[in-house]
Amino acid sequence: MPVIHVTTTEGKEIDLSADNGRSIMEAVKANDLPMLAACGGALACATCHVVVDPDWYERLQPPSEDEEDLLDTAHGLTPTSRLACQILMSDDLDGIRVTLTPMD
Amino acid sequence: MTTAGKFTTDVAVIGAGPAGLFAVFECGMLKLHCHVIDALPAIGGQCTALYPEKPIYDIPAAPEVSAAELIARLQAQIAPFAPRFHLNQQVVALQRREDAWELVTSRGTSIQARAVILAAGAGAFGPNRPPLAGIEAYEGRCVHYLVSDRERFRSQRLVIAGGGDSAVDWAIALAEVAAEIHVVHRRDRFRAAPESAARLAQLAAAGKIQLVIPYQLAGLEGDGGRLSAVLVKTLEGEQRSIAADHLLAFFGLVSKLGPINDWGLEARNGVIPVDPATCATAAPGVFAIGDIAAYPRKLKLILTGFAEAAHAAHAAHEIVHPDRALHFEYSTSTGVPGQ
Repeated sequence: MPVIHVTTTEGKEIDLSADNGRSIMEAVKANDLPMLAACGGALACATCHVVVDPDWYERLQPPSEDEEDLLDTAHGLTPTSRLACQILMSDDLDGIRVTLTPMD
Repeated sequence: MTTAGKFTTDVAVIGAGPAGLFAVFECGMLKLHCHVIDALPAIGGQCTALYPEKPIYDIPAAPEVSAAELIARLQAQIAPFAPRFHLNQQVVALQRREDAWELVTSRGTSIQARAVILAAGAGAFGPNRPPLAGIEAYEGRCVHYLVSDRERFRSQRLVIAGGGDSAVDWAIALAEVAAEIHVVHRRDRFRAAPESAARLAQLAAAGKIQLVIPYQLAGLEGDGGRLSAVLVKTLEGEQRSIAADHLLAFFGLVSKLGPINDWGLEARNGVIPVDPATCATAAPGVFAIGDIAAYPRKLKLILTGFAEAAHAAHAAHEIVHPDRALHFEYSTSTGVPGQ
């Protein structure tokens, strides 16, 4: 099962395993880490904003226009900001590194 | 909408999204009267605030329905039960009284209810406030999330942040009155009606509006009450300062659990654990349904919220009428009052 290396806002590092096809948001929520993900993955908010490690960012499918529109409403954006609900895990992403953003 | 007052009812429903609205129906069928409170000025919750035009395909017997239409139909379905709505106000306190719960809202409305059904989704919607140090001190006077009086900004230097319809439309509307407008956005594409985006580009070309792209908000400068400048930075961190009297931040709405965290309901990561058979929370007489309610293998679907509304209503009946056995009946036999 692919692994996601998650860094929390406090700098704590946690490894999560996620079934292929599940989103990083789902894996984070399933492990009770702090993330609002208010809309539950309906692509209707930006409360699952994560910062992807630059090396891994390049390997992701580029964000859709809908995701870009929602990233417009996120704060503290970086060049590798993504919505965790839009990153679906696969063997290719085994070991991906993401950092959570503050819930407020 | 009602003004502040004191009310007594059977069930108080917190949240007017689809789950809360259907709870009014289920309670109504058991002859329980409901008052409904919501932070937004309109009913519908996320369906109204986030995606009114999006089609929904998994509502039983409605192959395709827009979120706005779903809410309109629920409104019609609960109309016979004459629920009392208290909109545009957030429940700020929930306290146990002798034989009831008292809810107090941000507008001072007080509602005593024998049972409470919490259908608050991801919490109350409010403006998506940029997390800038010290911003609270400027809010209302120099930092704004909506415009109620255009004249207030006459001859003022404005920074407008955001890339959606509100940011674009207000930049255009205020260009006539403001001394200066800087529009801060993280990319060159605006999520606005094409004609509005074109008008913005025209005003920018004419020098009436300065586009500050690709930048995001980074900080505020001022004396803690009066703003003097807005700091912005690129995604790479390069900063600049824009002299300004007001910041208008248009990043849409976000929901927050807020005071619900303090009601002794064991809220964790934005959800409240319930017994799935009754939707009962840790507080006797307080039920939680819809997205806010959590139990193993919970599915956050409107469909699930509807079923939970039925469970909670039946359990609430035992709280409101402990002495009255509830004879289970189908709507096909009872009908709906007034129909």
